[in-house]
Amino acid sequence: MRRAELIMAIVLAIFSAYLMWKSTELPIGWIPEEGPGGGAFPFWLSTGMLLSCLWIIWRWFRRVTPQSRSNLPYFDSQSATLIGLVAVALTAMIGSIHWIGVYGAIPFFFIFYMKFIGRHSWLQTSAFAIGAPVVTFFFFEIMLHITLPKGETEPLFYPLYDLFL
Amino acid sequence: MEIIQLLLDGFLVALEPTNLFLVIIGCAVGLFIGAMPGLGSVNGVAILLPVTFIVPPTSAIIFLAAIYYGAMYGGAVSSIMLGIPGASTAVATTFDGRPLAVQGKADMALVAAAVASFAGGTISVILFTAFAPPLAHVALAFGSAEEFALMLLAFGTFIGLGGDDIPKTIFSILIGLVLSAVGLDVLSGQPRLIFGDIPGFFHGINFLVLAIGIYGIGEILWTIESSRGEVQVSQAVVTVRRIIDSLKQMGKSIKTVIMGSFVGYFVGLLPAAGATPGSIMAYGFAKTMSKDPDSYGKGNVDGVAAPESANNAASTGSMLPMLTLGIPGSPTTAILLGGMVIWGLEPGPRLFVDQTEFVWGLIASLYVANFFSVVLNVAFIPLFIWVLKLPFTILAPVIFVLCVVGGYAPTQDMHDVWLMLIFGVVGYLMRKLDYPMAPMVLAIVLGPLAESSLRQALLQSEGSLMVFIERPISGPIMGVALLLFLLPVFKAIKAKLTNSKGEVNAASGG
Repeated sequence: MRRAELIMAIVLAIFSAYLMWKSTELPIGWIPEEGPGGGAFPFWLSTGMLLSCLWIIWRWFRRVTPQSRSNLPYFDSQSATLIGLVAVALTAMIGSIHWIGVYGAIPFFFIFYMKFIGRHSWLQTSAFAIGAPVVTFFFFEIMLHITLPKGETEPLFYPLYDLFL
Repeated sequence: MEIIQLLLDGFLVALEPTNLFLVIIGCAVGLFIGAMPGLGSVNGVAILLPVTFIVPPTSAIIFLAAIYYGAMYGGAVSSIMLGIPGASTAVATTFDGRPLAVQGKADMALVAAAVASFAGGTISVILFTAFAPPLAHVALAFGSAEEFALMLLAFGTFIGLGGDDIPKTIFSILIGLVLSAVGLDVLSGQPRLIFGDIPGFFHGINFLVLAIGIYGIGEILWTIESSRGEVQVSQAVVTVRRIIDSLKQMGKSIKTVIMGSFVGYFVGLLPAAGATPGSIMAYGFAKTMSKDPDSYGKGNVDGVAAPESANNAASTGSMLPMLTLGIPGSPTTAILLGGMVIWGLEPGPRLFVDQTEFVWGLIASLYVANFFSVVLNVAFIPLFIWVLKLPFTILAPVIFVLCVVGGYAPTQDMHDVWLMLIFGVVGYLMRKLDYPMAPMVLAIVLGPLAESSLRQALLQSEGSLMVFIERPISGPIMGVALLLFLLPVFKAIKAKLTNSKGEVNAASGG
């Protein structure tokens, strides 16, 4: 926990410095007749971010916060595996939307999550893997008229569009 | 009298068939979201806001306010049945709710929670109806300096009263404001903070992307980690007779309920406070005022009634500054405020003048939502118990899918879905180190208004910061904001003084 606190503060400080630099693409000073330049607001705020990161680091050295005194691991191995698995599955689902679309990605996500993480029966898993995309389709595409990305599977939906839209 | 007329007109709006239907659905959805461990009103409102785009703004906010309300009722259910608060707002409900459930009096605790919530809701809506119009009237005189001062006050309450680590709170506020500045500069129209020249950043970062990331994905990751252990559901026998008996017993708790409602309402008005500290304070007051404080924590019905009346009252209270001043009183109302902007309304005091139907329709719908929540709550108790037995490995993927689709819907851009995932994961990692997330969400919603009011005020004053101090309304607000910013410093000095005194005493005594 102690190391994580320091690493997080350093990463956020670097990000703040990057934001400061990025803000200077627009004028950060006073422009006559126009007031503060477009970069001023984000520039001074990211300066504040950097300062608060330095403050967090200073408090880390003085061991003020509970995290900076804690010897507990930031992640124990069990939760690291679980959270890592879930995060990878989510990333894979969102990534595959570009390719096989929402209606291809959702069933795979349910099968992975319910069968391999949750160890549910195939019956339960397939009920959700099939039910969720059907409900999503009728709710978003038919009721709300919001077209969700379909990637390569787009042609499969032409008959459905003809039928419902 | 004018208020009563406006309220009656509001009822005509709230009781239109579509709106009435949405209130009932909203209450039911809210009850379930509130009852699920880890999810509260803010998660429900953030995840479901995108689906409200098909209905007119009035119906949309009525639906979301009903979810907000329902979730306050529902939070008590898992606090009592599982011993885990359904939302942070129901933490205090576990103190006595859980012992009651263990003693086999779960139904009594559930009924007490429902009745107290109803009373808290009703009292606070009446207070709301009385206070909102005069406050909105005063706020009409506000200029850009006052607007900016109010926002500073909102951020000041997080620092002074939020109770989180100070530098981390400041960081959270500032990063929210910077993220709100991404996109096109409002005044000059030039692109700004376009990271890696990715075109998706040109339309700015939608507050919903951050809100769903943090309160959807981040929250579920948090719950997955913290609830690995098996959850034990209490058994509850529910019969009409037992419910009537419990209702009769509630008569003794009237005083506690009224006290809880007032505490909750006034704490709810403060931007950083809201329902969680409101309910905990109400619990504390009830215990101090009680003739039998020792029975608290061991299954006293008043210990359920106090926090439950307070959290419902606070949810109404937090809507007052949102509607009259355009400053949200809680993360949930911050998201509602962001929703108003998407629906094409301009939040702030003009709302009461320009959008009377919207404002009074919403207020009247709170009365209606309150009624339906209590009815549905009691009717759904058996169903809740069944749903709460659903394993989290089924709920989690369902919510993840809702987040992804909900994050895509507003802008229909996959860029935002990726951004949401990043915010969710990074937010979760930061939250593990006690970085508070609510100030960030509030800041991204208030950011655009804060920037434009600051720049306009400075432009009018030709760069002099005195404009914020000299004006009769903004001056005192700035003063209070400054006090709040300095409050932690005073506290630290006081702590040091008492510490050194203690040492002196110890030295002289030894």
